[in-house]
Amino acid sequence: MTMAWALFKRDVGLGGAGFVGLIFFLSIVTILPFGVGPDLNLLARIGPAILWIGALLSMLLGLDRLFRADYEDGSLDLLLASGHAMEIVVLAKVAAYWVTTALPLIVAVPFFGFFLNLEPPAIGALVATLLAGTPGLAFAGAIGAAVTVSLPRGGMLLAVVILPICVPILIFGVSATLAAYTDPDPFLPPFAILLALTLFSAVIGLFVAASALRASSR
Amino acid sequence: MKLTVSDLSCVRGDYRIFDSVGFEVDAGEAVQLTGDNGSGKSSLLRLVCGLLERESGGVSLQGAAPGAEIADLCHYLGHDNGLKAPMTAMENLQFWRAVFGRTGLEALAALRTVGLERIADLPTGYLSAGQKRRVAIARLLVSKRPIWLLDEPTSALDAASENLLGRLVDEHLGAGGLVIAATHMPLPFAIAATIDMSLQRSVPEAAPEPWEYTG
Repeated sequence: MTMAWALFKRDVGLGGAGFVGLIFFLSIVTILPFGVGPDLNLLARIGPAILWIGALLSMLLGLDRLFRADYEDGSLDLLLASGHAMEIVVLAKVAAYWVTTALPLIVAVPFFGFFLNLEPPAIGALVATLLAGTPGLAFAGAIGAAVTVSLPRGGMLLAVVILPICVPILIFGVSATLAAYTDPDPFLPPFAILLALTLFSAVIGLFVAASALRASSR
Repeated sequence: MKLTVSDLSCVRGDYRIFDSVGFEVDAGEAVQLTGDNGSGKSSLLRLVCGLLERESGGVSLQGAAPGAEIADLCHYLGHDNGLKAPMTAMENLQFWRAVFGRTGLEALAALRTVGLERIADLPTGYLSAGQKRRVAIARLLVSKRPIWLLDEPTSALDAASENLLGRLVDEHLGAGGLVIAATHMPLPFAIAATIDMSLQRSVPEAAPEPWEYTG
């Protein structure tokens, strides 16, 4: 446990692409109205989807460094040779990745929501669904980052591998958000499926990423 | 404590690098692996600490506490130092101390031992190659682990630091530790046995396919 906490603190301290991810998120949100035109009703309707896709793409941005940085400087070998369970290592690193990358986005969502003419209930639903869904994206991303860790141009491949896996989380994240303020649709069923998808991807992600990392040194 | 490597082979991809290597290391002994580039010195170290999968043969430990895994008793000093450039030498060592167990020296005391106390608060990105290597050597001191696997331990070190490494290894051996060092350079500490990996090279099973450039 000391190891997991130390690794978490180290990775949070190193920061990753947290701030750049936030700027990237901001650029997606500001560029979009230029593309679709100044129709406020349309923006309000597609706003939640845009913010979700923006969050997904921003989280991809620093993902290839998640394990590659440790792979390149020898830290990954040492973590593998230390005798600790790799699943704990993955858990600590993914948790730190979520805190440095997804959490700033979620904090910024209320602010960006106003850019897209979103009402307060929609913004509240977005924060809730992003809180529930982004950990799932982070664990799914860890699979791709671990599988491509030893590939020299893994970054591009990573996006191709990961985006299809993220589709269910995106679908239920957006539909839960829309259901929260569109009247006849119930909010709870899609939200519960979103939570289930996150738990599912956490369990699968931990074990797949850990065994991919173990295989990377072989 | 005694480490026995028996009948170990190494296969990388389609190539067998070496076949049935075996030796023993007693407590207080250092074994040197020598050999040409690519003869499998580093691979052997990685096989011992479990970074590479063992195809055949085994590594066993006699006289260790029951239930102790070899991976829990090894310090691996690889080619790469495992240091984060933005973090100071202190922070790096404190991190590895938490990972490998807080059983050895404090981070600052370890840095003092390798003579880097003055630059403890400098980000390791600013250090020279030799200084980084010394920080990595200090990592061996912050956690007590009896088996040291050293891959080219003297690379980038100056003469004084080599002597320092020799003293540290002698102390470790004196305390009942085991050392396996892979290098073709002379080592600054007493060697109980030398294993020439070039002589262990396996006979190719078949001539490899000629590689054609079709680009």
